[in-house]
Amino acid sequence: MPELLLELFSEEIPAGQQRRAAENLKKLITDQLVEKGVLYEGAVAHATPRRLTVHIAGLPKASQDVKTERKGPRTDAPEKAIEGFLRAAGLNSVDEAQVQSDPKKGDFYVAVIEKKGELTTDILADLLPGTIEKFPWPKSMRWGSGKLNWIRPLRAITATFGHEGEDPEIISFEVDGLKSGDTTYGHRFMAPEAIKVRRFDDYAHALEQNKVVLDFERRKEMIRADAANLAFAQNLNVIEDEGLLDEVAGLVEWPQTMMGRFDEKFLSLPEEVVITAIRAHQKCFCLRDGATGKLANHFILVSNLEAEDGGKTIVGGNERVIKARLSDAKFFYDTDLNVPLESRLSKLDNMVFHEKLGTQSARVERLVTLSEAIAKQINASTTDVTRAAKLAKADLVTDMVFEFPELQGLMGRYYAEAQGEKENVAAALQDHYKPVGPSDSVPEDLTAAAVALADKLDMLTGFWAIDEKPTGSKDPFALRRAALGVIRICLENKLDFAFDQLLAEHLKNFNLVGEADEILASLFGFIEDRLTVQMREQGIAHDVLSAVLYKNGLAKGVSLVNLVARAVELNGLVKSEQGESLVAGYRRAANILRAEEKKDGRRYQDDVDHKLFKTDDEEKLATSIEVVNEAVAANIATDDFANAIKELSSLRGPVDAFFENVLVNDEDQAVRVNRLNLLAKLRDTMHLIANFSKLEG
Amino acid sequence: MSEQNVPAHLDPKQSFQGLILTLQNFWAAQGCVILQPYDMEMGAGTFHPATTLRSLGPKPWRAAYVQPCRRPTDGRYGENPNRLQHYYQFQVLLKPSPENLQELYLQSLYAIGIDPKLHDLRFVEDDWESPTLGAWGLGWECWCDGMEVSQFTYFQQVAGFECSPVSGELTYGLERIACYLQDVDSIMELNFNGRQGDEKVTYADVFLQAEQEFSRYNFEQANTEMLFQHFKDAEAECRAILEAGDNGNQHQMAMPAYEQCIKASHVFNLLDARGVISVTERQSYILRVRELAKACGGAWLNTEAGGA
Repeated sequence: MPELLLELFSEEIPAGQQRRAAENLKKLITDQLVEKGVLYEGAVAHATPRRLTVHIAGLPKASQDVKTERKGPRTDAPEKAIEGFLRAAGLNSVDEAQVQSDPKKGDFYVAVIEKKGELTTDILADLLPGTIEKFPWPKSMRWGSGKLNWIRPLRAITATFGHEGEDPEIISFEVDGLKSGDTTYGHRFMAPEAIKVRRFDDYAHALEQNKVVLDFERRKEMIRADAANLAFAQNLNVIEDEGLLDEVAGLVEWPQTMMGRFDEKFLSLPEEVVITAIRAHQKCFCLRDGATGKLANHFILVSNLEAEDGGKTIVGGNERVIKARLSDAKFFYDTDLNVPLESRLSKLDNMVFHEKLGTQSARVERLVTLSEAIAKQINASTTDVTRAAKLAKADLVTDMVFEFPELQGLMGRYYAEAQGEKENVAAALQDHYKPVGPSDSVPEDLTAAAVALADKLDMLTGFWAIDEKPTGSKDPFALRRAALGVIRICLENKLDFAFDQLLAEHLKNFNLVGEADEILASLFGFIEDRLTVQMREQGIAHDVLSAVLYKNGLAKGVSLVNLVARAVELNGLVKSEQGESLVAGYRRAANILRAEEKKDGRRYQDDVDHKLFKTDDEEKLATSIEVVNEAVAANIATDDFANAIKELSSLRGPVDAFFENVLVNDEDQAVRVNRLNLLAKLRDTMHLIANFSKLEG
Repeated sequence: MSEQNVPAHLDPKQSFQGLILTLQNFWAAQGCVILQPYDMEMGAGTFHPATTLRSLGPKPWRAAYVQPCRRPTDGRYGENPNRLQHYYQFQVLLKPSPENLQELYLQSLYAIGIDPKLHDLRFVEDDWESPTLGAWGLGWECWCDGMEVSQFTYFQQVAGFECSPVSGELTYGLERIACYLQDVDSIMELNFNGRQGDEKVTYADVFLQAEQEFSRYNFEQANTEMLFQHFKDAEAECRAILEAGDNGNQHQMAMPAYEQCIKASHVFNLLDARGVISVTERQSYILRVRELAKACGGAWLNTEAGGA
């Protein structure tokens, strides 16, 4: 069966966008084909820095004839309606329409429109220009005098269609003056001549002959294997870096992997500095000694050229650049070490944190106050915590971090250690950024934990104060991550303290957009939402958490640790047989109460009168509730939720017996009211732990 | 190739001036007018009216020139091997961007001694933006053996106006390229005139003292009160010229107005180096310069050279 070969040949496409673009292109084309009734056997997309290629195999020569039916009005409908139908369906008279009967609606007209199949080449020639013109690039550009928007200038289009063994035909179309054809080009420097291509097989082969590896995965595996071999020969190991590998494979059409070296003296720099300089800025791989695991003074580069001198010039050039980079880094490191962190703080005056939230200096001041307050809550050393908070952002104005922003925190730590700060203080300068992502660990040391919490809570409070909350998928300041960080630091370290007072006080630092109470309520709601998501991953359903949160949110001064402890116990209860039954009893009680309170237009909350009890079951339930209520309250006062729940679950028997044997709506009004008051007592007692009505059945 | 019978003082591999002259000759052969540096201080070659203004409007334009760039905050008293407060850019602007612009650029590298059969030349994604000029474009950093040697940009917008047709802009970092060609580690070591022995003049001979003096001036001495006034004056003068030059039909003084915009931009850079512009003010100063650039661009589009 025939196949399509489409290649869009352009100036260099950003590495990060090639593959997604090729896949998009494939999908856009195949979707439209299917929509037009053209089915295919298989489609593959390829990308290199200079080309997007789509190969669709097993296409028919033409699309199938399509028969569509269009329902019209009833045969006895007004003339006007019938005329309108005929016009819309493209029929000349009612004779061309069919009549169908429907038992309910009677007879009505149906237009049967037969559409003859079209040649696939025509369909493609029709759909390809629009697909190219409207291609959804995240950021596109124009060039020369043209009108087309593309990621970078589009220079040639190859579009052929045909059977194996036959000369294919060119699918002929034009995009902004560029005509489709069957000519592509090889490697920019090693084989720049035009290549005439026929079908995908000879196309891929011709590219390979002309120093282009079309398949991204293959380029990647070539680099991986060559790098490993070069490393092995020197008893070294490549530091794995899948992201870098992807990027590098997107920067070359003919990968040539080579090894270079740098002066050993640079190994005296912190390892991360060397790796960052080489990896992020030069897109080269770093290596470790196979025996010691120490960073080696070698690197691996991937070039796009099989050079005439075997690559000597290229390796030499890269070594030169890396030497310059590392010399810079060493210069920064040595000069940074000469200036105590503390004396840099004034420079933070000139560094904006956020337009509406002031400078980094202002932020540091807030961090010192907030982390000191937190330190008191979690019994961390206030001296250490305030010292760490004060220095936390000082490395932002070091030369090294200015040059390599990704080293923030880490450099602070190195410089703090070098100037003799206490170990936990130095560590906090790095660890207060933790956790950086869901897979990152949280700081365990209390000094770091206090500053880390302050760092995140200051961000959250600040951005809430100026009403810059995340919306939908937009979260430019990573506030969801900050909230999750707060939650994990508290929970994983069991830091049991409340935020309400702390943040109400902290909020006073900002110019508020809105009322303080509402801002805080919204912020706490946001953190609770993150907590709900986090808990769900641990098997605690959202309804359990909302039952707990009902009266006990962060705004009420309940800590995260406390909330989770309640949720865990409640979750245990509702999953037990005992609990299920108790919850069923609660629901029954709550339903009756709701109905009767509505009917009577009042709320039942009075004390029960034991003298009005007519049965043992009533008496027993009342006594149990009195005992349990007191015990639960006492347990909650000491945060002993396990025992509180245990006490509560002892109500199951009396509740079951009550509902089995007692009819609440007694004829005697006084008895009825007393029983309703009893149910209200049950509800209130259970609400001491959580609002059970939030549980879903 | 450059080695063929080129005397040392013109050889890009042996002399800094040889590099400049070779690029000038190359682009002259492509029909560019070879301009001299603009006689005002500016932070980048893009500020030259031959780029900023000429990239606007429908009329074709090809120009190439060297432009000294002043970046007061990059001053290091001549002590950093790669960083200077005054350095050279070689700037090329082709409007509309020709189809073979990448090839032309690579040929220019070949002309200065960078052979694509020996060197790994790469076009690495780069989104270019100038907030002060209200300009942006897409293109690449051009890498030679891992080193960025040029920026290559297709202008999409300048002074807030869509570019139509689109100009292709090439900016060569001359000192950096020269260090590679001459195989020296520090800019100050560059051979400027290509001579040897007593006749040799280095980059340091020409510029070291200037780097030291201007670093002192920029960081320690510049009279900030006066500079603030200069900024205000330039801004006011720009507005005044724009208003006076508009005869309702065409604009008569777009270029003098734009010079005031260049002046305001440089004064802002000096104030920035003196550390007297607070962070919140910084943004507003950039915005003020951009507003001037936009107004000048609008005026330019209404002149003989800028209009249809």
